[in-house]
Amino acid sequence: MTDHEDRPPIIRLSHVHHAYGRYQALIDLSFEILKNELAFICGPSGAGKTTLLRLLYAEAHPSSGEIAIDGARLDDIPRTGLPLLRRKFGVIFQDYKLIPGRSVFENVALVLEAAGHRRALISKRVLNVLRMVGMDQHAGTLPIRLSGGEQQRVAVARAVVGDPKIILADEPTGNLDEASAQAVMDLLQVAYIRGATVLIATHDKAFIHRLGGRILHLKQGRLAAFERVEKHHDRTAL
Amino acid sequence: MIARHFKRALEDTLANRFVNAVTIMTIALTVMIVSAAVLVFLNASDWMSVWHQGTRIMAYLQPDAGGATTALQHSIESIEGVQSARFIPRDEGLRDLKARMEHPAALFENLLENPLPDAFEIQLKPSDGSWEQIEAVADRVRSLAEVEDVEYGRQWMVAVRRIAHLFQTLGLALMGLLLVAAIAIVANTTRLVIYSRQEEVEIMRLVGATERFIQAPFLIEGLLQGLFGAVGGIGILFAGFSALAVRIEQNGLAGVVTLRFLSIEQMALITVASMLVGWLGCYVALKQFLKL
Ligand SMILES: Nc1ncnc2c1ncn2[C@@H]1O[C@H](COP(=O)(O)OP(=O)(O)OP(=O)(O)O)[C@@H](O)[C@H]1O
Ligand SMILES: [Mg+2]
Repeated sequence: MTDHEDRPPIIRLSHVHHAYGRYQALIDLSFEILKNELAFICGPSGAGKTTLLRLLYAEAHPSSGEIAIDGARLDDIPRTGLPLLRRKFGVIFQDYKLIPGRSVFENVALVLEAAGHRRALISKRVLNVLRMVGMDQHAGTLPIRLSGGEQQRVAVARAVVGDPKIILADEPTGNLDEASAQAVMDLLQVAYIRGATVLIATHDKAFIHRLGGRILHLKQGRLAAFERVEKHHDRTAL
Repeated sequence: MIARHFKRALEDTLANRFVNAVTIMTIALTVMIVSAAVLVFLNASDWMSVWHQGTRIMAYLQPDAGGATTALQHSIESIEGVQSARFIPRDEGLRDLKARMEHPAALFENLLENPLPDAFEIQLKPSDGSWEQIEAVADRVRSLAEVEDVEYGRQWMVAVRRIAHLFQTLGLALMGLLLVAAIAIVANTTRLVIYSRQEEVEIMRLVGATERFIQAPFLIEGLLQGLFGAVGGIGILFAGFSALAVRIEQNGLAGVVTLRFLSIEQMALITVASMLVGWLGCYVALKQFLKL
């Protein structure tokens, strides 16, 4: 976990504001996340964690300020460039965003299909990640037939299946029991070890302490602190 | 890639059976009406050219054209579309006329002089039955120096032609209207389908799908709707046509009225047009909804 400060930033914000109407959800955010860094966004409900993530993969646009992803300013990316930008991300949405009419397998496969991969490769990789999140038994099931935790695991599988450069996880363990949460963490950690940048919005302090990394503290839309937490090896921290 | 979109489109079609069935039936109805119009038009022009084929052109010669008939016959027969030309000397013309009259004596006995000019009776080649062809030949004949006047066709044929023309124009206008209506209906149903899938489309965008990737299945669905609609419409028309043909046979009119159905090429053309309608309908809807 040694931090090489010479690594280039993969996410860079400078003076970013975001308002929903007159409500200021994010105020003057400036920070950088480095390539292959593991970082967390913490803060009470309503602090702006989800809003911040949405700005990164350009589902929303900042009211002012500048965001650069992997060296490219989002303002400079034309509409036609959005799909390519989004393929850099694997996002675990807080509300999962699974397509209701498609099976678990199809939901996860969608990412690879959209990126134009071959069918054989798709099946192999999809089944592989489903096995890792323990959902391979449910490959043919529709999301509505799954529990919240199971849906969340499918969402995790979809986020990592494409081997994205950046993984954004919005409360990825929120609905999970201890064992499933552990499986998800392992998966995110594997992605991190394999070189991905991982940014996780979470309340789960145990999660943070187990993995270690930098923490962005958001408070009412402002960056309250950006500190480093070392990895705790003992599980009693739970 | 195409196979994947195709599979998705088929699944979607099945998932939205009802909406798709309505769309396909609408297209089928349109195809049926348009094809029926084409069919009527084709058969009508068949009959018209049969009538035309009986047509001959009479060329009346200048009084002083005299005897140079072999050369003239030659130049008439060399006109394109002319089968043969027969010289009818004025005496023979008069004899014919007398023979055709019921009571010629009184009128003709008193004639001091034969009022008829020499003439050529011109037979057209069977394949050149169209009205334009007859007119063209007649014009060429008239332009010959020895020819004073030509006579061809009948007044009623001109009238029939005018009516046919009117119907053709009306038919085309109606077809245009139907096509626009069909496109609008396909667009509407596609709009319904897309509307019910806004969430899905949004998710696909968020995971990095291009607009083309998102739209391809919809467009294929449009093509399929057009295809099924065309097959249905032509099928129904063929059933109706066969029933009519059987009727004509039973009434012993088989030799008198000849009917023919659309050729393979025409059916293919109609099918392609129908698929284009389905595609266009989807395209219009996508353009509105997904800001193509
Ligand atoms: N679409 C929206 N329209 C208006 N206000 C919004 C919208 N989305 C979020 N907000 C407001 O912006 C603020 C930040 O919301 P956000 O979802 O980013 O919080 P969060 O930190 O993710 O909270 P939680 O931990 O509950 O998920 C909240 O006060 C919320 O009410
Ligand atoms: Mg949130």
